[in-house]
Amino acid sequence: MTQNLIIIGAGMATGRAIEHLVETAPDAYNITLFNAEPRGNYNRIMLSPVLAGDKTYEEIVTHDDAWYAEHGVTCRFGERVAKIDRAAKTVTAANGDVLAYDKLMFGTGSNPFMIPLPGHDLEGVIAYRDLEDTEQMMAMGPDNKVVVIGGGLLGLEAAAGMAARGVDVTVVHIMGHLMERQLDEAAGYLLRKALIDKGITVKCSANSKEILGENGKVRALLLDDGTELPCDLLVMAVGIRPNVALAQEAGLAVGKGIHVDDQMITSDADVLAVGECVEHQGAIFGLVAPLYDQAKVAAQTLLGEEAAFVQKELSTKLKVTGCDLFSAGDFSDGEGREDIVFRDPARGVYRRLVVEDNALVGAVMYGDTADSNWFYGLIKDKTDIAEMRDTLIFGPAYQGGDTADPLSAVAALPRDAEICGCNGISKGQIEDAIAAGSTDLGAIKATTKASASCGTCTGLVEQVLAVTLGDDFVIPAAQSVCGCTEMTHEDVRRMIKSQKLTSMAAVMQECGWKTSCGCHVCRPALNFYLLADWPLEYQDDPQSRFINERKHANIQKDGTFSVVPRMWGGITNAKELRAIADAADKYNVPTVKVTGGQRIDLLGVKGEDLPAIWADLNAAGMVSGHAYSKGLRTVKTCVGTDHCRFGTQDSTGLGIKLEKALWGSWTPHKVKLAVSGCPRNCAEATCKDVGVICVDSGYEVSVGGAAGMDLKETEALAKAPTEQEAIDLTVAFVQLYRENAKYLDRPYKFIAKVGLNWVKERVVDDLDERAALIKRFELSQSIYRKDPWAEHVSEKADSYQPLANLMLEAAE
Amino acid sequence: MTDWIDIADLNDVPKRGARVVKTREGCVAIFRTGADEVFALDNACPHKQGPLAEGIVHGASVTCPLHNWVISLETGLVQGEDEGQVATYPARVEGGRILLDATFLRARAVA
Ligand SMILES: Cc1cc2nc3c(=O)[nH]c(=O)nc-3n(C[C@H](O)[C@H](O)[C@H](O)COP(=O)(O)OP(=O)(O)OC[C@H]3O[C@@H](n4cnc5c(N)ncnc54)[C@H](O)[C@@H]3O)c2cc1C
Ligand code: SF4
Ligand code: FES
Repeated sequence: MTQNLIIIGAGMATGRAIEHLVETAPDAYNITLFNAEPRGNYNRIMLSPVLAGDKTYEEIVTHDDAWYAEHGVTCRFGERVAKIDRAAKTVTAANGDVLAYDKLMFGTGSNPFMIPLPGHDLEGVIAYRDLEDTEQMMAMGPDNKVVVIGGGLLGLEAAAGMAARGVDVTVVHIMGHLMERQLDEAAGYLLRKALIDKGITVKCSANSKEILGENGKVRALLLDDGTELPCDLLVMAVGIRPNVALAQEAGLAVGKGIHVDDQMITSDADVLAVGECVEHQGAIFGLVAPLYDQAKVAAQTLLGEEAAFVQKELSTKLKVTGCDLFSAGDFSDGEGREDIVFRDPARGVYRRLVVEDNALVGAVMYGDTADSNWFYGLIKDKTDIAEMRDTLIFGPAYQGGDTADPLSAVAALPRDAEICGCNGISKGQIEDAIAAGSTDLGAIKATTKASASCGTCTGLVEQVLAVTLGDDFVIPAAQSVCGCTEMTHEDVRRMIKSQKLTSMAAVMQECGWKTSCGCHVCRPALNFYLLADWPLEYQDDPQSRFINERKHANIQKDGTFSVVPRMWGGITNAKELRAIADAADKYNVPTVKVTGGQRIDLLGVKGEDLPAIWADLNAAGMVSGHAYSKGLRTVKTCVGTDHCRFGTQDSTGLGIKLEKALWGSWTPHKVKLAVSGCPRNCAEATCKDVGVICVDSGYEVSVGGAAGMDLKETEALAKAPTEQEAIDLTVAFVQLYRENAKYLDRPYKFIAKVGLNWVKERVVDDLDERAALIKRFELSQSIYRKDPWAEHVSEKADSYQPLANLMLEAAE
Repeated sequence: MTDWIDIADLNDVPKRGARVVKTREGCVAIFRTGADEVFALDNACPHKQGPLAEGIVHGASVTCPLHNWVISLETGLVQGEDEGQVATYPARVEGGRILLDATFLRARAVA
């Protein structure tokens, strides 16, 4: 006898279930299909091509009226099921009709989550779920501005679809990179770049604060940093929540979704559920592949056949033209897992495979996803890849020739990419010179001047030669930064500047890094280069810093730390000394030492006590002495004209001014200064990175001294008639060093490489260049001239404490 | 038998960073990788007891802050030329919380 089956929701999942039912056993059930949307089943995922104008709504309808009629499905579209009585086995429609069922199937999908920001109920604030939402977006055109909150799959498809219609779109994403659930940073970087090329503005790490309105209609989105983004429409695509309200009211077991077993049966034997509204073994669903499996199982269950739903690995693609990405499986670093990374900067390709126990468990790809199905198959089938492991990353068509090309980063550079910063020579000019017969470094130097000045771009010029001449040019071996890359420090710095690389992910991709996130050697160097060249754009990454710079104290061999407060120019007073003495007592500091840099070192402080001791020292007016940093350390001074009978100038005063100008700045290696009041040189200025000797007629500024592993006297930079000029020369020199030196080269090594004359030309002779260096230094200092101790005390004090204390538990 | 105890929120440990948990027998370092996996190891380098929690985390390894030995977070084995191993403990993340296995920590106290 034919039974009554009532289905709630005409969605992607139930559509499939109905197909299976009518195909296998057309007469088993009388089907009544309710749908809250005023239409039947359509292919929801194709709303994005409709939005982009690549398809029409008619083309994405999966079942039309004729189909329902032919298969005897009673349609109640535009009608919501309002109530269910499981005891009586009836449902009540919105209009009050009561219908009896033998079997009931839920397919209510999910509801878009709306962040309850102030203003979220204004007109013009929508989600992206159904045809109505899509139509509102399609009404936007070149005169409109739209903000999309959420840089996940849906948000980006919405943004790209509207951008294709000429709309001015801004995507606001709270995380550090786009689609963070499916992509790693490298792929996220490439995706962002592609979207920016489509004219979309992308804001990552951006927090929405409030939606602003006018006459009840949306006007702008306000971010918590105060930025206002004007918009005519605001689309929220930040996630979905299974639609379970009706099931809950009906008394079914509900967690995050409607609980179902492997047969898709809920806690009531006559009620089934499929699609995004269900929860199966703790998991909920947001992609169609598993929903189709569920639909099939549900149909089989209804027909009394044995079937069980099994969760499988999922894969993601983005339906945006020109953004070829693919992600599948699990690509986190885990127990026994290993990464295989391939990057081709020339083609904008990034591939990362994660291997565990000789099987592929995850894959992320960007730029070339032609082989994605093959990789996905390997993941799903858990194929043993031991045999092909070495060439796996090149895909199934690997013929044995294609290997990662160390020159591909340079090959990828456009002709206008600046290679030689000193002389402004672009890649194209070098290529032209090669074509005109300059086929070695010497000839290039002579004809174009590229690499003829400071010489740091030599490596890149050689690579341009190699790319252009092929086997006819052999690159002299150069020391790469570390095993993660073929490039030298100099190459990488040049790339960061000329290609405006402002994030670590960008550097690693465009320079063809062989690892997914670098190592302890390259990360600190990249972090410095990025913050030195892009102080506003790049955000310092503490996790890429050596412990001393992360915790703003010097680690000692027993794991304790030393704390050195700043004493400007080596001057202190009774109040500061008392505070230091009190701190030494309070925190049981075992050793108190006067340092060579004219200040006091408290050695042996426990890591947990750091914020407290800093707070005490801050209270007495002292700040971090950066005694741990690759940055400005000390400015040592003598007493000068204040007290000494030989003094020619106020050496102490100048020292303090220099220290106040330079403190907080990060440099390739530590920087120490000294100012002596006369050539007797009591402050030992002539073995410092910058030394100033005061004389009757002014200030002799010299640079590049050393008193460490190497011993070296400074070389004269210039003589300054005024104190201000001495300060200007010093600041300009420090900035030149920050912008050009290799990480971990002290100034004397830097000068030896570029030549003192090259330094003088810029810092002394060319007054415009000097002013520009000072200006860039000041810009950087507007961010970094601050006390990290005070900042950590107020913002991160907790992070210095143990995460938990299990002294008691462990003793049980 | 495992006896998972709740330690802290995942976000209390920075990405590519670490924090320590105090136990009677010294500190256990809890690492979080760039991909949000967590690992628990003795907070002492096999070389000269360097505090591993203060090292730079890259991939699923940490570099000791004292003399740059690189240690695998998965196995505790020292990588490269050097030799040695650090004890590791079961740790996992569930619902955004970090869990440690108390049985193991107790075994450690006894050992
Ligand atoms: C724009 C967009 C693009 C997408 N792209 C992809 C993609 O590329 N790949 C992919 O795998 N997935 C994609 N998805 C996700 C995919 O569409 C969903 O996973 C899928 O539609 C869920 O199917 P469902 O049957 O569970 O629910 P739905 O398709 O949402 O259907 C549920 C239906 O139930 C109705 N309903 C709810 N309550 C009641 C009630 N009380 N009475 C009557 N009817 C009710 C609703 O009106 C709705 O029509 C996309 C989603 C969107 C919105
Ligand atoms: S350097 Fe000259 S001015 Fe300074 S203390 Fe020595 S003698 Fe006096
Ligand atoms: S103590 Fe760890 S490397 Fe020496």
